[in-house]
Amino acid sequence: MTLELSHFNAALLFSVFASVVFGITQRNTTRDQVRYGLYCFAMFVGGIFVAGWVMWLLRH
Amino acid sequence: MPNPAARQQNAAKAEARKGASSEPLTTMSVIAPAVAWLIPGAGHLIQKRWMRGVLLMASIVSMFVLGLLMQGRVYRLNGGDILDILGFVGDVGAGGLYIVTRAMNWGKGAIAHATADYGTKYIIVAGLLNFISVADAYHIAIGKKP
Repeated sequence: MTLELSHFNAALLFSVFASVVFGITQRNTTRDQVRYGLYCFAMFVGGIFVAGWVMWLLRH
Repeated sequence: MPNPAARQQNAAKAEARKGASSEPLTTMSVIAPAVAWLIPGAGHLIQKRWMRGVLLMASIVSMFVLGLLMQGRVYRLNGGDILDILGFVGDVGAGGLYIVTRAMNWGKGAIAHATADYGTKYIIVAGLLNFISVADAYHIAIGKKP
């Protein structure tokens, strides 16, 4: 069985898993863990879009 | 020059500081990181952090398995290129998952499509995230984290 994800989907899944681990391990209370996990996810996704636009600008 | 009473007081304070900074070595503080490395998330589960353990296990195992399904490459012990050595160190972090993968001879990394390289990165990062999880399990065991 082989899985073929698009670049965007692969980066999105990566963000989800990494954010969950960062949230749980880097904060103490449940509330802070959820907030930090969401913050990391937002940063990851924001980074994906920024990197995408930078590559588009370099291409054109 | 401080008098003997002041010197004794300073020594007592220094001893108290030393005692506060050293972590107690308990059975759990040894077992939890070992179990956490071998089975991602299990270090939290044996300390009754059920939700955290399940989420860590789901995230790390999913990442590792997805990496394999994407035809990612699993690094063997090597003494060559520095990136290959670091790749191996990252992979080893996944503990039992790495051992099983090597035993089953999976992760040959036959790159058949453009995103296969993502698979290799998924596997390495799963191992690195498990290192963080191991450290967290240890901090819980020594009482540094609730």
